[in-house]
This record gives sequence, structure tokens and C-alpha cells, in this order.
Amino acid sequence: MSDVQLDPRVPAGPIQEKWDQHKFDMKLVAPHNRRRFKVIVVGTGLAGGAAAATLGELGYDVHAFTFHDSPRRAHSIAAQGGINAAKNYKGDGDSIYRLFYDTVKGGDFRAREANVYRLAQVSVDIIDQCVAQGVPFAREYGGLLDNRSFGGSQVSRTFYARGQTGQQLLLGAYQALAQQIGKGAVTTHPRTEMLDVVVKDGRAVGIVTRNLHTGAIESHSAHAVVLATGGYGNVFYLSTNAKACNVTAAWRAHKKGALFANPCFTQIHPTCIPASDDFQSKLTLMSESLRNDGRVWIPEKMDDTRAPADIPEAERDYLLERRYPAFGNLVPRDIASRAIKLEVDAGRGVGPLKNGVYLDFGASVDRLGGDVIRARYDNLFEMYERITDENPYGQPMRIYPAVHYTMGGLWVDYELQTNVPGLFCAGEANFSDHGANRLGASALMQGLSDGYFVLPYTVPNYLAPLLGEAVVPTDDRAFVEAERSVRQQTERFLSIGGTKTVDHFHRELGRIMWDNCGMARSEASLEKAISEIPALEEEFWKDLRVLGSAEDLNQGLEKAGRVADFFELGLLMCKDALHREESCGGHFRLEHQTEEGEARRNDDDFAYAAAWGWTGKGQEPALHKEPLEFEHVHLAQRSYK
Amino acid sequence: MSKTLNLTLKVWRQARAASPGALEIYDVRDISEDMSFLEMLDILNDRLSGEGKEPIAFEHDCREGICGSCGMMINGQAHGPQRGTATCQLHMRKFADGDTIVVEPWRAAAFPVVKDLVVNRSSLDRIVEAGGYITVSAGAAPEANLTPVPKDASDAAFDAAACIGCGACVAACPNSAGQLFTAAKLMHLNLLPQGQPERWQRAENMVDTMEEYFGSCTNHGECEEACPKSISIDYIALMNKDYIKAKRKNRKLSGQR
Ligand SMILES: Cc1cc2nc3c(=O)[nH]c(=O)nc-3n(C[C@H](O)[C@H](O)[C@H](O)COP(=O)(O)OP(=O)(O)OC[C@H]3O[C@@H](n4cnc5c(N)ncnc54)[C@H](O)[C@@H]3O)c2cc1C
Ligand code: FES
Repeated sequence: MSDVQLDPRVPAGPIQEKWDQHKFDMKLVAPHNRRRFKVIVVGTGLAGGAAAATLGELGYDVHAFTFHDSPRRAHSIAAQGGINAAKNYKGDGDSIYRLFYDTVKGGDFRAREANVYRLAQVSVDIIDQCVAQGVPFAREYGGLLDNRSFGGSQVSRTFYARGQTGQQLLLGAYQALAQQIGKGAVTTHPRTEMLDVVVKDGRAVGIVTRNLHTGAIESHSAHAVVLATGGYGNVFYLSTNAKACNVTAAWRAHKKGALFANPCFTQIHPTCIPASDDFQSKLTLMSESLRNDGRVWIPEKMDDTRAPADIPEAERDYLLERRYPAFGNLVPRDIASRAIKLEVDAGRGVGPLKNGVYLDFGASVDRLGGDVIRARYDNLFEMYERITDENPYGQPMRIYPAVHYTMGGLWVDYELQTNVPGLFCAGEANFSDHGANRLGASALMQGLSDGYFVLPYTVPNYLAPLLGEAVVPTDDRAFVEAERSVRQQTERFLSIGGTKTVDHFHRELGRIMWDNCGMARSEASLEKAISEIPALEEEFWKDLRVLGSAEDLNQGLEKAGRVADFFELGLLMCKDALHREESCGGHFRLEHQTEEGEARRNDDDFAYAAAWGWTGKGQEPALHKEPLEFEHVHLAQRSYK
Repeated sequence: MSKTLNLTLKVWRQARAASPGALEIYDVRDISEDMSFLEMLDILNDRLSGEGKEPIAFEHDCREGICGSCGMMINGQAHGPQRGTATCQLHMRKFADGDTIVVEPWRAAAFPVVKDLVVNRSSLDRIVEAGGYITVSAGAAPEANLTPVPKDASDAAFDAAACIGCGACVAACPNSAGQLFTAAKLMHLNLLPQGQPERWQRAENMVDTMEEYFGSCTNHGECEEACPKSISIDYIALMNKDYIKAKRKNRKLSGQR
């Protein structure tokens, strides 16, 4: 893969002017010509829904695909806490530059400055757009928009809609998309899973899909393909992600030539409900916003069996406030997660399995009153009680970190185009703006920025020179071959006839990943995973049992394809983690820490994005480096003390 | 250790839309009361696979009560016995040892069965496509704080906007009416200042489309009982008012065109 071009194509000029200048420089497609271009958007979460709606509104012939039964459902819907924007409505010193600065620093200096600056710039437009769509953000009594603060920042810039921000934003995008569908500008293909990208003469020219109701394998050609297919946290089996989240779309694109960048950068969220038993099917997030009013603590005394209320103040260790006085409970996620893990590993955890720490609202209820706390978090408290049968108004919550978000993804340039021309990638599926650690409330911002405000400019820039060119017909060899390999894989799953379910293998893979490539990694643990994953994968292909047929709804078959891809991805994650001899953000290598147990970056050798190329099954992946330069935010060890 | 339950499940099995279905009986043992209802089905499915029988198909995704994917009739109640709770958030502690639990798909003409407990709810999308939006092209929006929205209006709109589109309201209704779903979306938008320009057109288009697919409302109120977000049927009354007014206004407006 020596011919891979890794040019981020960042426009010249001062950072504040790059995007405006570039918008002017990009090529346009005249309104009457737009309908002649067919654009496929895979994924209708925040990123894909917004992109499909906007491209449809502009007049392109858009085809939107989702494996959900409706574009109203996507993992995005579960986002609770909020969305950042540099509106400075609170007059507390926020600005586009500060949001940019916080995001680069919060990402532990592993993001591309120009992209992050654009994100901060566009953030203000997102709020305007969503409010105009009717998104019911929280308001103050005067009728103006309210904000709260989130981890990793000292200003209040987070807009929220109770604990259901993702739901309301996604419904906004879905409604915009529904309008275009109603008008016939966008065609939707729900319950349709993309199983391959078709590449011809080096360009993306379409996709191959499976209709999940009928099993039909079909080809769709287009002038450009956008993947907005979400993150891959479910490689760990247990995570806060929705059950259907997977890497298949991005991974199959990777195998067709798209580079996969920084796969090892995974985010562990500090505040999730601890696992209660082995049957656990997923972990539930308790929004980061709770850290605004909740204080994290553990008993000073080991094995203290008293009820939390009976432990006096003086015998409580408020561990985040102790370690990080400046940011206290609002340190970034990676920092909070690690601090909690250290205590629990040392045997100081609470709860029946001693696998959590307290998150206590007592002080805030005393200070603000129960009504205020109820108005802010009621739905989260209810959810906690439904799951644990404990009432957080009466006793502190118990929380523990869990896999939550993946910063890695398909490598994209400034225009969100992968190294395969015509193939774009947006939202959590790409590797862009969050570096090695994402700040809270920034994923929703990025998804909507990509979908509403970036792709609608950059996709046309790619399309314009193709005016008059027909799409590649679906009987072309490239399509026929892609279809054949998809069919073969389906048949293979059904013919193994082994003894173990897909879930069994998924759970086992998840265990390997969590134990060896989770919150803390070492050379030894990673080597171990690198030897265990292929062995388990081999067993998967020998002993898997998928029942039913390929001709109708078959959830086992769907999962089998996704888990097959997780094996290959998991291996790459471990290799990436092994090669990165430093600790940064969500990537913590035990060999690289300070005396106090904080992450130690190695900027001399690792200030780059690692973009891996697929070289074939069983082959070593090829590493391509995109050097990262920091002209504005000066490289420094992060400090939240 | 938490308590465990032994249960008898009667589950609707149907291979595909066109084939006939029937209730099948399964004994499930040693179910922890801390399990969610879907985790209990996961365990049963694991066992069925082990026995070489096809697992029960059911929809789910977030398992947090927000995506609206899950939903089944549990002992004749949409989403089961706990009020304001989607199936995925229902926990086994709501059942007693020795219980028999009947599990069926949503029953409604507008929701044809796809397989087992999975139904096709795309008719709900058609209602939104007919007018459940506010027109604003990306980039054309005014500064967000230009239009203050009184907190009460914003809260009332939110209570309606909380709908997760699961279809329980339709499944619970003896007439399979789509009123609560439609009213929730319509009134979310119609109560906000941003929603006013398209208010009357929206009301007429959404209600007319609803009537193409769903039965008519005779005020049973079962929908509110079943709604996992406890959305109030007061919104249906508001919708009816808007619809009647819309019919009048739109007629007048069309006379001016
Ligand atoms: C519990 C939780 C809470 C969160 N809270 C916040 C928060 O408060 N603030 C914040 O900023 N971020 C939050 N996040 C992160 C944020 O929600 C996600 O990163 C973001 O929503 C991802 O959006 P997306 O559009 O990229 O992908 P998704 O929403 O995951 O959408 C993916 C889409 O792709 C489709 N798809 C995927 N693969 C295929 C395929 N092969 N074929 C066809 N279709 C496919 C799916 O059907 C879906 O439509 C939270 C995440 C979790 C897990
Ligand atoms: S699975 Fe999402 S609401 Fe139940």
C-alpha cells in the first residue's frame, strides 16, 4: 500500500479564516444540476441524518440507508447530557477560541488543529439551526436558553434538553429528513444493512446491502458515498453503546482501502452503573452532567460496612477534589475514570461487589433544594432506580467507568473525505476532532457540524467535476464481485453448524479486549491479546452456530457479520496500542506514567495520527503517519490540578 | 445474592409475515430478579440456540428506554405492568416466582408482524413525513436567543416531544388509533413560537395522514396508561382543537390563493 496518499489537505491561511476562505474556494454545483448527482448516505444518526436532510434540501438525489427500522432511531438518541457551543450566553469568558483550545487540550494534543477550530466556529450555527427546528432546549425563566458546565472546561457552554439531548437533536434531524422524504427529495432504505463499499478505478462508486426483512442482497451505485455509521465501542461487548452499534460499515470500507486511524483511542466514561452480574447485556450511562452537582467519594476506611449516610464527612475521601482541586469533580473523563479505577483496584470500592464509588447529591440537595435537583436530573434518577432498585434521592448512586466512545475511526482529510476518493466519513465513525480523548457534549456537536455544515459544502466540491458522468451500472464487475463475496459470507455463517452462539464469542472477545486493551494497557497485556484474539477467531469460524435462513429476518446472522469484523478490528486496536509507546487521553500505557500515576505523553515520537492500511488477512497492517502540528495550542502536559 | 424466579412463558412465534403464528410454551428457571425483561429473553434465546431452535426475534437497541425499538404485549399490557416504563427497562423483580407470562407482538392493522415479536411500524414515519417538522434550511436560522420561549411553553412542548415512537399507544388502544403519537409530535411543534407559521397546515396534513393508517379515537385513555413516557391525553384534545381550527383556516387561506 505504498501508493496511499495521506494528505490532510488543510487550507493555507490563518486558522480563523481557513474555513471561510475554503468555502469560497471550493467548487459549486448549480441548483439545476444537483438532481443529476446521486449521493448515498449510510447511517441516519445525527451525522448521517443531518447530512442526508441537508444534501436533499440542496437538491441532490440522496439515498439514505439505516439498519434501524426508522431513521428516528439511532444510537445518537441515547445521548443524555448536552451539546457544546461557544455562544458565551453566560458571559463567563467563552469564545470560539476557548472552545477550540479546550478541545485540543482535552484531546491530549492528538487532534488536527484546523478541524477543531472549524468545529468550534460552526458550533454556534448548530444551536441556531436546532432551535429553529423546534428542539426544546432547556430555558431560563426569562425564556432564554440555559447552559450548564461539563467536564474539562471552566465555562458553562453546554446546551441541554433535560437528560434527553440526543433524543431531541436526533428527532430534529429526523424531522428535517422526513420533510425531504415526504417531498421525494430523499429516498430512505430502512432495515437495510450496508455490507460492502464498491470501489472502481480507485473511487467509491456504490455499496452492497442486505435487506434485513427479506434477506435480499442488492447493489446501489452513486457518485459519492458518505458513511456516518457510528462508533465501535461494542468491540468490548459491554459498553454504554446501543446493542446494535458496530464497526461493519467502516471496517468493510477499510478492507477496500480506506485507512483506519487511531483505533486504540477509546473513551471510558467514569459514571456508569456498575455491572451487577454475568448476565449483564449492556452498561448504562449516568450522564456526566451529574458531576456538576454530584460529588465522588469513597470511605476513608477499608471495608467500611456502614451505610453511606452513617459515614461522617471527616471519614470520606472526595478523591477527585483531593487530587484535582482546580477542576474537582469536573476533570475530563479519562482522568476521572483512571482515578476511580485506581481506588477500586486497591480494594476501596463500594457496593456488594465492591466495584463502584459513590456519586453523592446530598450536598447539592441541601444547598439548592430537592426540586432543583429533580428538575435537572429526574429522568436519570428514575432510570437509576429502575435498574438498581435504589433511590438516589435517599442514598448516593454507585458508579464505575465503562466503555463509552471511540475517538478512532476512518481517517479523513479536512473535507471529511477518506483516502478513497468519493468516500466520505462523518460523526463518530471518523477519527477526526477529538484526538485521544473527547470532551463531554462534543460528539453531538461534531456529528451535527459534519452533517449540517461541513459535508454539504465538501461533497459538492468532489461532485462538481463529475458533472455529466453516469453512475457505474450495478451489473459492473466491481458490483458483481462485491455482491458475491457478501453472499459467500452469509452462506458460510449458516453452514458452520457449530455449537456456540454469536453472543458467546462476542462476550469472550469483549473480555479479552477489556482485560488487556481497556483502561490500562501494557506491552505484556497487549501481546497477550494479540495472541488470544486470532485463536478465538479461529474457534468462531469453526464452532459458531447460526440458525434460521438467509431469506428473512435473522438477528443471529446479522450479529455474526458484525462480530466477525470486531475480531479483526480488535486485533488492530491492540497493535495500535502496542505501537504507541506513550500514554495520552484514553490510551494509558502502564509503562508510561508519572510518579503520581498520570499519563505521560511522548510528543517527540508520537505527535501523529496513526492511520493503518489493510494489507490482507493475517498480514501486518501498514502504518501511515499524519504528523500533527500545534501552532496555536502549545503542547504541554495537561494539568487539572 | 438477589432472589431468583422460575417462570412459564407463552411466547408468540411466527416465522414470517405471511405464515400463521402460535403461542409456544417455555419454562425458564433461575431468573435473577435484577435482570431486565430482555435479559431474561436473552437467556431463553441462548438456551433455544443450544437446543438447535431458532431464537425469538424481538426488537431492541438502546436498552435504556429511549430509542423506542423495544415493545411487546406482556400479559396483555403494552410494555408490561410497570407504568411509564419501556420493556427494556422492566425488571424481573416486578414478577413473582411461579408466574405465567404471555408475550405477544403489538397487535394493530397498521403494524404488520414481521417475525415473532417484531412488527413493522413505518406507518408512524408517514405521519411525520406529512408535516411533523419545521421548515428551516441549514444555515438559514436566526440567532437562537432572538426568540425567547416562555419556560412554561417550552416545558409543555418538551413533555410532548418526549415521545419515543415505540407504538405502545397504538397497541394498547382497542381501536388501534394513532392519536397519542400524532398529538405528541404535532403539539410539540405547535406549542412553540417557531412552529407557528406552519401550524395549521401541519395539523391538517398530519391528522389526515394518521387517519389513512390508523383507527379512530373513542377516548378510552389506554394509550396514556401504556405510554412509557407517560404522555398525557390532554395533547389529543389540543390536537383536535387545532385540527378543527385548521380545517376552517386552511379553507379560508386556500380561497386567497
Ligand atoms: C449513553 C450515551 C450518552 C451520550 N451522551 C452524549 C452527550 O451527552 N453529549 C455528546 O456530545 N455525546 C454523547 N454521546 C456520544 C454520542 O451520542 C455519539 O457519539 C453520537 O451520537 C454518534 O452519532 P453518529 O451519527 O456518528 O452515529 P449513530 O447515532 O451511532 O448512528 C449510526 C447510524 O448508522 C447506521 N448504520 C451503522 N452501520 C450501518 C450499516 N452497516 N448499514 C446501514 N446502516 C448502518 C445506524 O442504523 C445508525 O442510523 C453519548 C453516547 C452514549 C453511548
Ligand atoms: S430498547 Fe430502546 S427503548 Fe427499549
